[in-house]
Amino acid sequence: MRTLAPPTLAAGAGALAGPGTAVPVADPPPLISLQGAGVRFGPREALRDVTLQLRRGDRIALVGANGSGKTTLLRLLNGLVAPSSGQRRLHPPAGGARRGPVTAMVFQRPFLLNFSARRNLALALWLAGVPAAERGARVDEALARVGLLAQAAQPARALSGGQQQRLALARAWAVRPDILFLDEPTASLDPSAKREVEALVEAFGQAGMALVMSTHNLGQAKRLASRVLYLDAGRLLVDCPADDFFRRTDLPPEAAQFLRGELPWTS
Amino acid sequence: MDILTPRRRLLGRALALAGLALGLAAPAARAQAPFIVMASTTSTEQSGLFGHLLPAFKAAAGTDVRVVALGTGQALDMGRRGDADLVFVHDQAAEEKFVADGYGLKRLPVMYNDFVLVGPQADPAGVRGQDVLAALKKLAASTASFVSRGDKSGTHAAELRYWKAAGIDLAAARPAGDPSHAGRPAGYKECGCGMGPALNIAASTGAYVLADRGTWLSFKNRADLQILVQGDTRLFNQYGVIVVNPARHPHVKQALAQGFADWVVSPAGQAAIAGYKIGGEQLFFPNAGR
Amino acid sequence: MDALAQSLGLALRLVADADPALWRIVALSLRVSGTACALGAGFGLLLGAWLAVARFPGQGLVVGALNTLLALPSVVVGLLVYLLLSRSGPLGSWGLLFTPAAMVVAQSILVVPLIAALTRQLVADALREGGDELQAMGAGRLLSALLLLAHQRLAVLTVLLTAFGRAVAEVGAVMVVGGNIDGVTRVMTTAIALETSKGDLPLALALGLVLLGVVALVNLAVALARARGAGAPGPALAGAAAG
Repeated sequence: MRTLAPPTLAAGAGALAGPGTAVPVADPPPLISLQGAGVRFGPREALRDVTLQLRRGDRIALVGANGSGKTTLLRLLNGLVAPSSGQRRLHPPAGGARRGPVTAMVFQRPFLLNFSARRNLALALWLAGVPAAERGARVDEALARVGLLAQAAQPARALSGGQQQRLALARAWAVRPDILFLDEPTASLDPSAKREVEALVEAFGQAGMALVMSTHNLGQAKRLASRVLYLDAGRLLVDCPADDFFRRTDLPPEAAQFLRGELPWTS
Repeated sequence: MDILTPRRRLLGRALALAGLALGLAAPAARAQAPFIVMASTTSTEQSGLFGHLLPAFKAAAGTDVRVVALGTGQALDMGRRGDADLVFVHDQAAEEKFVADGYGLKRLPVMYNDFVLVGPQADPAGVRGQDVLAALKKLAASTASFVSRGDKSGTHAAELRYWKAAGIDLAAARPAGDPSHAGRPAGYKECGCGMGPALNIAASTGAYVLADRGTWLSFKNRADLQILVQGDTRLFNQYGVIVVNPARHPHVKQALAQGFADWVVSPAGQAAIAGYKIGGEQLFFPNAGR
Repeated sequence: MDALAQSLGLALRLVADADPALWRIVALSLRVSGTACALGAGFGLLLGAWLAVARFPGQGLVVGALNTLLALPSVVVGLLVYLLLSRSGPLGSWGLLFTPAAMVVAQSILVVPLIAALTRQLVADALREGGDELQAMGAGRLLSALLLLAHQRLAVLTVLLTAFGRAVAEVGAVMVVGGNIDGVTRVMTTAIALETSKGDLPLALALGLVLLGVVALVNLAVALARARGAGAPGPALAGAAAG
């Protein structure tokens, strides 16, 4: 097993750094770090010995074949599942009284409750502990951000697939997360809905949210990510800047095979 | 409609519980009149006597009488448990034991009605007449069906006494083909049920049954059943009223219960009993103090 | 069938005559069973939701026991409550026996397993679909279960209607703990039992038809409320109308 060098300065600085730029920018502080973490479900080892650091400004694409552990890694990072071995550590954001970063997650098929779009967002804010006085304004702002303000009073489950995913993004946006996790967010959508969602994800990243997105779609990864993590059978094989990943010739054989096997969507 | 925020759901649940409290409190609030609980028998209730007698008592004394109708055995058990303030049943032996065991204060005879032997009009066993013991002997010798209540009731106890007096041993099986043997008749069936259901079974299967006249007169599902034996003085069925002993159950409303017992044996109560008729026929014959 | 036609005519006449005694009995039936369902819902919904999310040793046994209690005969419940509330029993001093309150207690005990078992299944199914997302949003397990109850409020309503049907139609429990006292604890089912044992079968059947009619009205009212507040159809499929 060969791993590439840990993220360099260039990767850490995200979209700002380009090839050849020698800007001495300090690494942004880590938000979540994993140290030799593994997750085991009964006899099955879904993740093995994963070490990585998630930093502010990261735009990470998680790629790999089905069953490689992408979803498990997302859930581990977000705290939905506990590590069976190794460590997961949260780092409090600068100047904050909170114990760790605020996170939000968008799933492949969004689960919306049987209420109006607005009520779904208000509920998310209530769960996040946002005081009642602020909720109304933040809900409206988030709905406007994703272009669903006109549908605010409609039952959330009556919206189209693309609208529902945008609503899920609005729900994430409303809680003002430090990190947004996305598990194949456009896999169930038609091409135009896919474009809308990608545009929103890109905009969220521009606004300073760290993004961790698993995807099958290498074109999407190329478009949105600054850093790529490649998983194979539960092991983290590659962790490098996005440009490097797609141009690199010295990738581990599994990763190279994976790249070749996927048709590069450029749309 | 998505009015159900988490807070509102909790509120809804609280309202439901409040509604429950109201639902429970309302009947208590409504029941302002003083009341006593009287354990009596299903046959007495089904005769309709209480519908006639209790309003008269309420007018005289202002007390509501809440009747729980069970079999005599169960009614006395209820008195033993203290769940009733007084009992009004028709099984003298059991009643006297009830008082002797200390569960009741004093047994006052109140009235009697009579039993009748009822059977199919065709009378296959040939029991028609005025002698109940002779009738039972003929029944036992035949293959006709007989329905017994089998439920520890006063009627059931009376029925068992008559079989015994007729020399029939219900516990002994009768060998097939031996009509003269003094054992249990071939068609004897126990239903473990009240008088009405027993009559229902007899009506639908053409069987004989011992019934109290009151239930029989109110019974509407007669099919081809008829009274075949009546008038035998042995068929008279004595009722008694007993106030439950407050020494055993201090919560018993002795004063109010005694009020009913005293009224029902008084001339006013006795007249009310005599005044109850079905189809012009008197059912119960007052005999207090005799 | 002649008896049925006769009973139908008798039932219509009973309703038309608006006999106050009959309506008192109907009102008591509705009040007792409605209150029992409200109380049963309070416990049953919480119990079902909690069982759907709880993880403890022996949980399978508890769920099995709950499902077994679905077949609890009403007369057995009546006997147990009678023994509790009897003057010779532990709670005799409360003086609840032979009152509508005792009937409410008995029927509540009867419907709690029904509501809990069905709710548990509802919530468990919904959790499979949305448990992760609710957890990701920060909802603890019991809160997730309660949110899913609100999410599935129409299905919950059906569960409550089922419980109401069970309660209003049972006779064993209310007969034993209520005593079928005329004007105090006589409800539709005990009145039907009484008329049956008096041999007045047409009247008993007629009362049965009146009971069914009343419950049908209740169901109609609920169905109308449902139709007005019906939730949206299922999530739109990918590729359907453009967002």
